[in-house]
Amino acid sequence: MSEHKIDLTVNGHRHSATVEARTSLGEFLREGLGYTGTHLACEHGVCGACTVRVDGVAMRSCLMLAVQANGSEITTVEGLAKPDGTLHRVQQALKDNFGLQCGFCTPGVAITLATVLEDNPSATTEEMETAMSGHICRCTGYQGIRRAIRQLAGEAA
Amino acid sequence: MKPAPFDYARPTNVAEACQILAEAGGGATVIAGGQTLMPLLNLRMSQPFILVDINGIADLKGVSRIDGGTRVGPATRQAEALRDSTLAQHLPALVTALGHVGHYQTRNRGTVGGSVSLGEPAAEMPAAAVALGASIEITSAQGTRMVKAEDFYIGPYMTVLEPEDLVTGIVYPDWPDGHVVLFREVAQRTGDFALVGMVGALVLEGGKVARAGIAWFGMGPTPIKARQAEAALIGKALAEIDPDAVAALAVADTAPFDDHHASAEYRRTVGKRIFARTLREALDLRSAA
Ligand code: FES
Ligand code: FES
Repeated sequence: MSEHKIDLTVNGHRHSATVEARTSLGEFLREGLGYTGTHLACEHGVCGACTVRVDGVAMRSCLMLAVQANGSEITTVEGLAKPDGTLHRVQQALKDNFGLQCGFCTPGVAITLATVLEDNPSATTEEMETAMSGHICRCTGYQGIRRAIRQLAGEAA
Repeated sequence: MKPAPFDYARPTNVAEACQILAEAGGGATVIAGGQTLMPLLNLRMSQPFILVDINGIADLKGVSRIDGGTRVGPATRQAEALRDSTLAQHLPALVTALGHVGHYQTRNRGTVGGSVSLGEPAAEMPAAAVALGASIEITSAQGTRMVKAEDFYIGPYMTVLEPEDLVTGIVYPDWPDGHVVLFREVAQRTGDFALVGMVGALVLEGGKVARAGIAWFGMGPTPIKARQAEAALIGKALAEIDPDAVAALAVADTAPFDDHHASAEYRRTVGKRIFARTLREALDLRSAA
């Protein structure tokens, strides 16, 4: 069982820590650093709740080890809103359209949509919906999420 | 914390990786994207003593042209392969199949080589390798060897790889520009493993099929080459091809099973339909053009 020293940046803050090799990135973010906005549910890549951005790319934090994130820049849902509390436009759209119920899946949904829009600010409804195949909302609040997506794509919601 | 404890190594070159694998005497597991392995670790279905992370080996990443073919580094991310212009030009069937591998978030981390070397029987990448006639480059401390994809898979999640082996490349032979791409799969939800699927390529010369490479996924314990269908197609003029008869031959080569997603009968029935429809659409398109 090996332990490893890692340095990484989360939402602009630098962190150093020693992690056991088997610690997932998601678990490290939550338990090691207190970024509890990232939710872990299935921990085998099915639900998408744990999605974070690693070096600009959205991925499952339960399917990656913390040690593999050494040197990376991570964005979690806590990093989406502005420091003054102004919501990211994805968060605002989800809020406006009742795109969340219990909110458990929402951090992952918000990271995916924010990343798709970052890569392509004029992403279409279809492109965003396709990326959403990687998320399960156990409250089945999909229609609210789809309305939020249409709003983000600039279509009448 | 879900996995059993393990050590972790991040070699920076192939020789170093192979040495770690050789020394581990079967206790090591290679991790690339981890999109299949991490669930197995979390469920403790896989309990290696040491995890060998190949993400730090630059030689194992990227797509390059070689004599008569294209070489894909096994640690190339699926999302990067999907955007790669060389693959788009030379291996459109592979790119089409890649678009159906997992989800946006898992393609961002998952690798082409991971999917090829794990050998999930319902996955797209192993079948695409078999259909397109790829060879798997395998390296160990003993040296390097090439194994044809059709000889590589021996059962569900079982391949000819030995514990000390590392997949160091997937080499796809060239298919001429303008060849016909065949792809269709049926899955319960977008991004799920397919219940039934087929992928392949056809080369037409002078109105006849000159070359065919087609394989099934989700239709048996391994990806399955549709040998009888390929043989029936080669040499035929488009007008002579009966897609339903060829599809029946293609299904005759399969060995689907019942599981909680679908019965073997369902897979055979749907497989025959999608095979015939894909062929018909691809050939109609050609004869109209
Ligand atoms: S917790 Fe990572 S996909 Fe479900
Ligand atoms: S809002 Fe409850 S799981 Fe999606």
